[in-house]
Amino acid sequence: MMRFVLVVAAVLLALPAVAEIRIQEVTSPGGIKAWLVEEHGIPFTALEIRFLGGTSLDRAGKRGEVNLMTALIEEGAAELDSQGFAAARDGLAAELHFRADSDGVGVSARFLSENRDQVVELLYLALTKPRFDADAVERVRGQVLAGLTADAKDPDAIAGKILRKRAYGTHPYGTVGDGTEDSVAGLTRDDMVAAFAGAFARERIYVAAAGDVSAAELGLVLDRLLGEMPASGADQPGRVELAAKGGVEVQAFPGPQTVISFYQGGIAFDDPEYFAAQILNEILGGRGFSSRLMDELREKRGLTYGVGTGLAAYDHAEIMSGQLAVANENAAQAIQVIRDIWADLAQNGVTQAELDDTKTYMTGAYPLRFDGNGTIASILVGMQILGLASDYPAKRNARVEAVTLADVKRLAARLLTPEKLFFVVVGGAVGVTSSE
Amino acid sequence: MRLLWIIGVVLSAVPAWADAVSTFTLDNGMEVVVIEDHRAPVVVHMVWYRIGAADDTPGRSGIAHFLEHLMFQGTTTVAPGDLSKIVAAQGGSDNAFTALDYTAYFQRVAADRLDLVMGLEADRMRNLNLTEQDVATERQVILDERNERTDSDPAALLGEQMAAAQYMNHPYGIPVIGWRHEIEALSRQDALEFYRANYAPNNAILVVAGDVDPDEVLAMATAHYGPLPPSADIKPRVRPTEPAQLAERRLVLADERVAQPYVIRTYLAPERNAGDQRQAAALKLLAELLGGNPTTSVLARALQFDTQKAVYSAAFYDGLALDRDTFGLVVVPVPGQSLLDIEAAMDGVLAGFLKDGVKAEDFARIKTQIRASEIYGRDNVQGLAQQYGAALAVGLSVKDVQDWPGLLQNVTADEVMAAARTVFDRRNAVTGWLEAPPITTPEVQQ
Repeated sequence: MMRFVLVVAAVLLALPAVAEIRIQEVTSPGGIKAWLVEEHGIPFTALEIRFLGGTSLDRAGKRGEVNLMTALIEEGAAELDSQGFAAARDGLAAELHFRADSDGVGVSARFLSENRDQVVELLYLALTKPRFDADAVERVRGQVLAGLTADAKDPDAIAGKILRKRAYGTHPYGTVGDGTEDSVAGLTRDDMVAAFAGAFARERIYVAAAGDVSAAELGLVLDRLLGEMPASGADQPGRVELAAKGGVEVQAFPGPQTVISFYQGGIAFDDPEYFAAQILNEILGGRGFSSRLMDELREKRGLTYGVGTGLAAYDHAEIMSGQLAVANENAAQAIQVIRDIWADLAQNGVTQAELDDTKTYMTGAYPLRFDGNGTIASILVGMQILGLASDYPAKRNARVEAVTLADVKRLAARLLTPEKLFFVVVGGAVGVTSSE
Repeated sequence: MRLLWIIGVVLSAVPAWADAVSTFTLDNGMEVVVIEDHRAPVVVHMVWYRIGAADDTPGRSGIAHFLEHLMFQGTTTVAPGDLSKIVAAQGGSDNAFTALDYTAYFQRVAADRLDLVMGLEADRMRNLNLTEQDVATERQVILDERNERTDSDPAALLGEQMAAAQYMNHPYGIPVIGWRHEIEALSRQDALEFYRANYAPNNAILVVAGDVDPDEVLAMATAHYGPLPPSADIKPRVRPTEPAQLAERRLVLADERVAQPYVIRTYLAPERNAGDQRQAAALKLLAELLGGNPTTSVLARALQFDTQKAVYSAAFYDGLALDRDTFGLVVVPVPGQSLLDIEAAMDGVLAGFLKDGVKAEDFARIKTQIRASEIYGRDNVQGLAQQYGAALAVGLSVKDVQDWPGLLQNVTADEVMAAARTVFDRRNAVTGWLEAPPITTPEVQQ
């Protein structure tokens, strides 16, 4: 009885809180564009910069060069060596992070308002005059190799590596951006200089800031940081169509558990049915504790501690994938449960109650994303890369609301391909064998 | 150039952030902490119980954690799993965690949904309803969790063995998730007894952080939690204590899944205590100086820069514990360096530090960073809620939390060195080696 009352109350309360996020589009005096959310409550600013390309720009035989180069950005610039750069950064209480992924190189900075100019100066040196000292190259190379050694014995990493190879083949997405032991061992300082020149260029910059900074102040920051960037960089790779063929690949690994990763083709963000796909994914394997996969695998059968799925739209491909870990003797059963759920959703779609709950969840959760300056800056960069307008946050929930039960059913039949679902199985799975 | 940067740092006085925090106590003994942050229409609602894995019934290790899972299995009025579904239907998220000294439950929702989640949390404080079937399924889930987090990870296994060696008598030596053979035997009755004995408003702390008005939170808390009767059975948190530790302990865990061998050492160390946190503050600064930074810390400089013996090094100390905590060091050698050699190198660095003392520029830089981290920390209201909740759950007061940043600023280098000389006593230490088993050459038959 009470359960029903609570559900009614939930529906009545479900009008989503409005995201009061005010995005300004800023153009610096030098013509660099950025998005800004001014928030003067705490005296610091989060700045997020992304250069498209990333580890997919690695030249033939040089796998891992963009990753290693990015890790070396904070290892000295201009007159500052590694120790000098770190001491300057830490003495200013700034946080500067540089990372490379398969679609870009990201720079995240947080700095106190009173130190803004000095931190911008330091970041400017890093982004324009990195040293790539021989001792730093060797030290960081050692760290990258240590990571590769660890990955070789990490079942999650092993599964990821097999999945990439299966899904993307010879495209750069098909291998790990960190490189291999051989390729990383062969990288030289000249490679770092070349990778730097290829990765950082004005044509591929996306910037956002959130925090204690005005539009005029941000404009000056942008010009100092990015004004001297060369116009263009290395060529980006082309699109890759997923090798969508169903099957199973088993890799033996010691231990009590088996890691299972699975994937099939995804859907592009600009597809008219993208929001129906998002809703479908939430019902299938999103939403933490209340998805079909979580209910069937964890709540009903106790087969796993957790399972989730996601839709990923990369710059050059789309994929739908998921992962879980199960006791070795339960691997075959878990795979069958996943296949059955996939087939059921493809054939029958979702229920009206699932659709309604998921809409309420997605529209309610959206404004909760915008918490904290760092998170906001990062979201704003992502929106620009997707080509969204700055008023998108105010309009997004209406697009979720517009999806109907028939839309999801049609999309599920189109998107979900149970016969093309591919499973990568790493561990001591009992009763599971490779399909070829 | 370098000098210029350092002189350039003149931080203005950081205002005490205490203004945003209000505290109350309900008539039934439940403590309430409200942290205001009006930047976004979001609220985090947390209930912390002063009961953790170190309070597990002897022979029933893992019961506090198992109960945490079972708290999602419904009440007399809410069906199993529905609490999370109701929160998710609001766009919110919820979860829970168990540590050695506390168990906490939280929801993150739009600020105007606070009343709803508070009602649900208050309901399950006293009205948990468990079926044998739900208990059996969930026991399988926590065995899966142990498989995933511990048994599949040699580093986690070594940590578990080291804690067991570090604490010879105190229950901090028993893993939070429990020993497998004891988890397998946990029953519905065990969970319900533990629940009835420990889940009550006078054993709980409510932390609400976000876009809320403290008076409205108090009124809401009084309405939801106020009617719950306090328990007369809450016992003082007195646990078995450690005897004098007389012999260093050394462990080697060899596992074929180890890719990166390392040396890790923990020393028994004093914790933060109410009104008495100065030595803990000195230890926190010691950890930062020795191994808090991958480039400029004493260990990193000595083992990764001046010599190239390690790929990674760190020192760690938290101090947020009811009873004696540990101070830790870890060094990952470069390939070719033996664990014996790298441990000797680590000890050489410690000996050098004890002889040479703290460098003034290092000390100033670390204090600047700590001060800034307080400002950055305000950007994360859930993090603030966690700081207050954890501190209160281990017996500290709101004042202790607010005094802590100031203490970190005015502890002297001499106090840090005194703390170092006290804590680095090998009789109190456990040293662990994580390594791959020796390679045996298989016999080849011609």
